[in-house]
This record gives sequence, C-alpha cells and structure tokens, in this order.
Amino acid sequence: MVTENAKRVVMDAERIDRSIARIAYEILEDNKGAGDLVIIAVRSGGILLSRRIRKKIAGIEAVEIPMGILDITLYRDDVVMTGKKPKMGETDIPFSLNDKKIVLVDDVIFTGRTIRAAMDALIDFGRPRVIRLAVLVDRGHRELPIRPDYVGEKLPSSLWENVNVNLSESGGDDEVVILQN
Amino acid sequence: MRKDILGLSDFSVDEINLVLDTAESFREISTRTIKKVPTLRGITVINLFYEASTRTRTSFEIAAKRLSADAINISTSTSSVTKGETLADTAKTLEAMSPDIIVIRHACAGAPHILARLLGQSIINAGDGSHEHPTQALLDMLTIRQKKGTIQDLKVVMIGDIMNSRVARSNMYGLTRMGARVTVCGPAMLIPRGIEGMGVTVETNMRKALQDADVVMMLRMQFERQQGAVFPSVREYARLFCLTVPMLEEAKDDAIVMHPGPINRGIEIAPEVADGFRSVILDQVTNGVAVRMALLYLLAGGRQ
Repeated sequence: MVTENAKRVVMDAERIDRSIARIAYEILEDNKGAGDLVIIAVRSGGILLSRRIRKKIAGIEAVEIPMGILDITLYRDDVVMTGKKPKMGETDIPFSLNDKKIVLVDDVIFTGRTIRAAMDALIDFGRPRVIRLAVLVDRGHRELPIRPDYVGEKLPSSLWENVNVNLSESGGDDEVVILQN
Repeated sequence: MRKDILGLSDFSVDEINLVLDTAESFREISTRTIKKVPTLRGITVINLFYEASTRTRTSFEIAAKRLSADAINISTSTSSVTKGETLADTAKTLEAMSPDIIVIRHACAGAPHILARLLGQSIINAGDGSHEHPTQALLDMLTIRQKKGTIQDLKVVMIGDIMNSRVARSNMYGLTRMGARVTVCGPAMLIPRGIEGMGVTVETNMRKALQDADVVMMLRMQFERQQGAVFPSVREYARLFCLTVPMLEEAKDDAIVMHPGPINRGIEIAPEVADGFRSVILDQVTNGVAVRMALLYLLAGGRQ
C-alpha cells in the first residue's frame, strides 16, 4: 500500500559505513596509494560523503587528501529554460587540478546530468589526468552514457520515488531512504 | 524574479538579498584561470548606451561574456540615433533582431521604463538621468556587506551632488530598505527639498555628517547635469566638501570610503584617501561584474 509519506529505509548506518570503507579501499587500490589524488564534492549532496571518504582514507593511509567543492548550477543544461533559478552555491577548489587524479563524489546518481555538468566544470578548471566517480547510491534511469567507478549500493528505484541519503552530520541518523512521491 | 530591473524603489529586502547572495557566488568565477561558464549560451544582451560610460558598459559586457552570453554594444554616437531615430523606433528595430536582455543608459529619467513597456525583452536600467542606477547601488550594498558583515544599522553618509545623483537615489532606496541609517550631505543647493521623506537625515556640515560614520560614500560633481552656477567655484566646493585625511578622522576608525567613479581627484576626494587603506573603490568595480552577472543570470529565460 502506498501512503502519502511512505518511507522505506534501504541502507542503515552500518551498511553505509561499510560501503564507504570499501569505496575508500577501492580508490586507493585503483590509484596505487594516495599520490596526486584529490576529492571533489558535488554541492551539496556530495559534501558530507566526501568528508567521510576522506576520513576513511586518512585512517588507512595516514594522508589528508585535498578536497574541493564544486557547484554545478551554472553548468546545468536546464538553467535558462526554467524561469525560477536554482539557488547558487559557491565553488571552492583552492588548488590546481592539472595532472591530478580526481575522485568526483556525489550521494546519488540518477539521470547522469549532474555528473555531465560537473565534468564540464572540472575541465574548465584545468586538465586532470583522470576523473573517477564515486557515489553512495546508483538508482538507475540514466539518460547519458555515464557509469560510476565506485558504487556503495545499486538500488533500482521507480521514477516516482525519491532516494534520499541522510548523514548524521546534518542531523538524524545515517540512512538511505526511498520516499514515495 | 521580475522581468525588468528599472530601479530599487520597489525592491524588497528578499529580492536585494537574493541578488547579493547570487553575486557573492559569482565572484569566484572571475578568479579562475578560465573566467567563463556556459550558463547563458545563446542569450543575446544588447548594451544600449546613450551616455558616455566606461566602467558600467565594460562591466556589463564582461559580465555577459563570462556567462557565455553574446554582448553587443551600441553607443549612440556611432548609431542611427545620430540620424534622428526616436527611442521607440530604435527599440522596435532592436526587438526585431530578438535579443533577450537590453541594458540601457539614457540621459532622460524614465527611458528604461518606456522600453520595458514597449518590449517583451528584459530591460536593465544602467542609469537614467538623475533618477536611478540600480546596479550601482546593488554593487555598493554588496561591497558594504562584505566589508561590514551586514548593512543593518550602519551609518552611511553620502556626500556631494545629491540632487543630480542617480547613484545616491538608488542607494537611498536600497540602504534604507536594508535598515541602514543614511545621512546625506552637500551644498544646500544640491540637496532636494523634502528629501527627508525618503527616510534620510540631511546635514550640510560635512564634519558633523561624518561623525560615527561606518561608510562614507563620496559622489562626483555632476557638472553635466547642473543647470546654472550652483556654487561659486570648484575650489570653494573642494574646500568645504573634499574628503581629506583629517576630515576622514571624524568617521569611525574602521570606516570604509566608497566612490562610484569616475573620481575627480582633489575635488570631492583627496588622492591620499582615494588610494588609502580605507578605500574600497576598486572592490566596488570587482563587485560590479559579479552583481551584473547575477542579474543577467536571474533575468535570463524568466519568461519561457
């Protein structure tokens, strides 16, 4: 039965933590260590997750990976078509991206349009050696040929559902929930 | 967002904050190596300037280009206006070429409002006579907010040709709306009677006006708009109303000095003050680009 606020918890704190730990190990394995690695969080969903991944990597390799925040509003493909403008946030990448190995981080991948915008934005900042993509949840329904390199969990969802990632830093418990629209 | 930016007289606090917050985010783009984002690809901005301008026109042009819009500059000295075309005809002609946003500066108050009524395009007022210059006031407010953290409850003193200054008028609307205490100061002949009705205090003695000021905003003598002799000589004006180092001591220790430019060194502002550490004149110019980017962004595509 679908009630108005039907909410299903699909990942709890423990599962989220294990996923993040695995992603951190996979990043270090692919990269053969933390050399030249930088993390770029997609505002705003990727910020807390990036900090978690960074902390895990620090726990494993004892290095602080540089982290930047990217606001993709100005690179969206629908921005001039909509009268009401999305609220802009600041981009803060206080280091050069030239020759860096970027791990782009967002909480959920859906159509892929956000990641397309983020990649275009990153290329405007310099010429990274490689861009890889880490997400906590892949909910399917891609509209562009984009595939994440590191995935916490694949959660096939219907188009009428919302997938929300909540991390305790913003209040509440660590959980991934599916909400009926 | 509204269709046009004609003046700040009817801007709400929320609208002003939206523009300032958006502009704050846009500042970062101008610090990049590649100072361009693709946001307004395919949008055409016409800068229609019926009056001389360097900084405002350049600022709008740079703002449009950094957002990937196409900017076309028309200055009337080289246009069909010299052949006797009316404003309405020029407007209709431009409209037929389907621009999206028209930025206009005109010596007559109300010219942008006429365009806004005639055309479906968004109109931005870049200065109309002695009436309003909303984008200047917005960049001034952005600068104040950056330097002081807030606008609320600050004492802002505007000194100079209040009568003929569109910058002063737009700032009076904006700053009083944002909760600043505004004092205007200048020769009595250059302060409109009844201006207290705008919620500002009038003071003709500059020393008194500057007391406890957080922000000192100097205005240029608008010789081109003054009719007849309004004061005996430029030298006398400078003696009474030039912001010098000793004069600035009357203001708070951390007061900032602003000027919309172009400055007349030695007339309304001493070179040591204009170039001094209290001066934020060049920050204003930098913020001008960010504010205009924000406005173009907020207006573009608004009617689809």
